[in-house]
Amino acid sequence: MITTTFTPLASLFGGALIGLSAVVLMAVSGRIAGVSGIAARLLPPFEDDEFFGRLAFVAGLVAAPVVVLLVSGRLPAQSIAAGSSALLLAGLLVGFGSVWGNGCTSGHGVCGLSRLSLRSLVATLTFTATGIATVFVVRHWS
Amino acid sequence: MAVLLQFAIGLVFGLGLLLSGMSDPAKVLNFLDLAGISAGTWDPSLAFVMAGAIGVGFAGFRYVLKRPQPFFADRFHLPGRRDLDLRIVTGPAIFGIGWGLAGFCPGPALTALGFGSRASLVFVAAMFAGMWIARWLAPRPALANFATPLESLES
Repeated sequence: MITTTFTPLASLFGGALIGLSAVVLMAVSGRIAGVSGIAARLLPPFEDDEFFGRLAFVAGLVAAPVVVLLVSGRLPAQSIAAGSSALLLAGLLVGFGSVWGNGCTSGHGVCGLSRLSLRSLVATLTFTATGIATVFVVRHWS
Repeated sequence: MAVLLQFAIGLVFGLGLLLSGMSDPAKVLNFLDLAGISAGTWDPSLAFVMAGAIGVGFAGFRYVLKRPQPFFADRFHLPGRRDLDLRIVTGPAIFGIGWGLAGFCPGPALTALGFGSRASLVFVAAMFAGMWIARWLAPRPALANFATPLESLES
């Protein structure tokens, strides 16, 4: 495994930026900043005419490291330990599960908990528990 | 104008993910690895990300939702459901397994695309495939007990 450094201040401040983004999205477009919901609605069936707004949000997410690279000249650390088949399976499960449960870490974890939603609390506790269990099995049972 | 703003909002979200370290799957996995507490390799950063995001979100949503309507839409689209059904457990349970396998959830995975790595491309392609399957399956009548048709945004 790759060890990482605990970054309390950067993580707290970065988290605050994520919260700010979610609040501003609500103020501007009246939508919850759930990345899975926004990304999934780029696929059919299309329910409304906000496709390009969603595409712009996703483009902003993808552009963030490019902006950091242009400004600071380097990219933050990123180490992806999983191999291709694990990534493929993980992607399928993450995509399927986030749509099936109407949300992911941002929609339920950030926005839902901020709104004191019971459904989001149940969702967040559930995916944290299965995430912990999965890491335990992958790292300590094999 | 609204589209440009949404790009900027997505960009701030992505910068938050990068600054907080959440674009690095290793940090996420080291948070989920509770055995790391005794081994000394546990990374509690993710909890601080959530604290920062929910702190701002809790205060901000209360303020914003007092307004009569959003700046560029006719109303706020808020999830109306309060009941707990099977899907609010099965979906996140499946999601969490994938999250624990790779250390990626949708936001960080999309931001990781901008790093240009092949691994993130594989993950994101599979993620969209999984989303498509769920969107196709969700409205099937045979699955009514496990799924209701996608309602207006919960997330």
